[in-house]
Amino acid sequence: MNQGNSEGRKFHPIYLLLLVPFVALLWVPFYDRIEPSLFGIPFFYWFQMAWTLLGAVCTWPVYRHEERGRK
Amino acid sequence: MTANPVAIAVFLILFVLVSCLGFVATKWRKADLHSVHEWGLGGRSFGTLITWFLLGGDLYTAYTFIAVPAAMFATGAAGFFAVPYTILIYPILFLCFPRLWAVAHARGYVTAADYVQGRFGSKTLALAIAVTGIAAIIPYVALQLVGMQVVFAGLGIPSTFAGIPNLPVIIAFGVLAAYTYSSGLRGTALTAVVKDLLIYITVLSAIIVIPAALGGYGKVFASIDPKQLLLAHGSDTSLGGTFSYASLAFGSALALFLYPHSLTGILSSSSSMAIRRNAILLPAYSLALALLALLGYMAVAAGIKAMPEYAAGFKAFGNNFAIPALILHMFPAWFVGLAFAAIAIGALVPASIMAIASGNLFTRNIYKAFIAPGCSERQEGRAAKLASLSVKIGALLFVLFFPTSAAIQLQLLGGVWICQTLPAVLLSLYTRWFHPIGLVAGWIAGIVSGSVMAWQLSLKSSVYPLHLGSLTIPCYAAVLALLLNIVVAVVVSLAMNAAAPDRADETVPADYRA
Repeated sequence: MNQGNSEGRKFHPIYLLLLVPFVALLWVPFYDRIEPSLFGIPFFYWFQMAWTLLGAVCTWPVYRHEERGRK
Repeated sequence: MTANPVAIAVFLILFVLVSCLGFVATKWRKADLHSVHEWGLGGRSFGTLITWFLLGGDLYTAYTFIAVPAAMFATGAAGFFAVPYTILIYPILFLCFPRLWAVAHARGYVTAADYVQGRFGSKTLALAIAVTGIAAIIPYVALQLVGMQVVFAGLGIPSTFAGIPNLPVIIAFGVLAAYTYSSGLRGTALTAVVKDLLIYITVLSAIIVIPAALGGYGKVFASIDPKQLLLAHGSDTSLGGTFSYASLAFGSALALFLYPHSLTGILSSSSSMAIRRNAILLPAYSLALALLALLGYMAVAAGIKAMPEYAAGFKAFGNNFAIPALILHMFPAWFVGLAFAAIAIGALVPASIMAIASGNLFTRNIYKAFIAPGCSERQEGRAAKLASLSVKIGALLFVLFFPTSAAIQLQLLGGVWICQTLPAVLLSLYTRWFHPIGLVAGWIAGIVSGSVMAWQLSLKSSVYPLHLGSLTIPCYAAVLALLLNIVVAVVVSLAMNAAAPDRADETVPADYRA
């Protein structure tokens, strides 16, 4: 990320949202468990599947921020 | 394996229809297909939707759809790392690649090596990036052809026709080569749309029909060996399977968009906002991939491996036969034809983009840079077409004359290699501090150390057990090699910047604003 260097926009905290999926998915011991299971699917599997959607949810506000910056 | 006439008929009809579409595409958004920009990047004209289909078809390949469930089928939870991997690629895509798109758009770059050449003014560094890209991608193309072979065997199409071994794969390859040659990325984009629709139909049907037949997801998971259902936690002596899982997901995510075929897909889009929108929309494919991965467990639950009718397929293709066997076991013949067509067309799309991307690399960064510097746009376009054809022939020969395991092993090495282009291609988007000689030194250190680690693992695994005192750190070799790469690049750049500063850079800050 460029902290105010001349080659891009200034850093805005909203970009930190892009780090959230990394924290959630790379901290594997947190979700390496069976319970709570959902419809018979162990936590390990449905937690990661849920992040296919949650990842996009984290990116959306950053996208809106970019869009505002262009107007 | 007995031939299955209904399935083969449905399969052939779909395959022929899609191939025709590939040829018709020359007429789509008509342009002079003799230039590399038009042939090899679709004229940078694809909006959000076409980019979605194109990148979806490009990143989630036929081999992925066969190999990821096969890994689950064989090893359990460890094979699921493809899911976090394909989620983590999107924040990276969102953050970094609009910058790369912007500078490529501003300066007319077609490949990553073009950009590196412009940014650092170093032909050597650009050559290193180009060669890495081509070397990493040929086994990837070969794996797509392997995916097709598996499907042909599942349909009961004999692999030897009229005395010619492997004739079906050779014909399919000929179709691919012909439409890629004539319509370039346009043909690929149109076939990608149909391929994705077929894939989604297949996935949705499979995740509804198969669990219902097996008695629900609870029953499916209950049939898996409890030891395989989760990863091994770390202990005092080893960081365990959870660490190697995270390192594989992280390292693979870093590497994916450095592959030439991913970059070709990105650069062909019409705006940087189309790329950002796709970083939000593309995870839909990751969900489909996760659902497909679970088919591996369904194949276990259905007891596919013990069924005598599939023994020959397993013998020929190993666990990669698990998903075709499951589809054959669970669905009526016409649906088998549709599902297998989805997989086979799913092989054509990425194979075609990969061949186009390596054609672009060869032409721009080897042919034009070293062999024919003054060539015309037409000669350049011709060289790209011929180079992409050679890559396909190379991949075909590879599949015909080497065992499948060789393609898999080389593809594993390719992932380690492509990761080593990250400092020159991605870090340089944010800083011009690195010295080109430092980046070349880092690249050499990364390629050599990564290859040595993979070699020590007999190319069977990419998780290297690093020993630090009494602690074992099982880590994806690409990540370890990349760390060494960056350290070497920083140290050598420090020394070079002090001794012989190099500021050659044709790009300006405004080029990066996207």
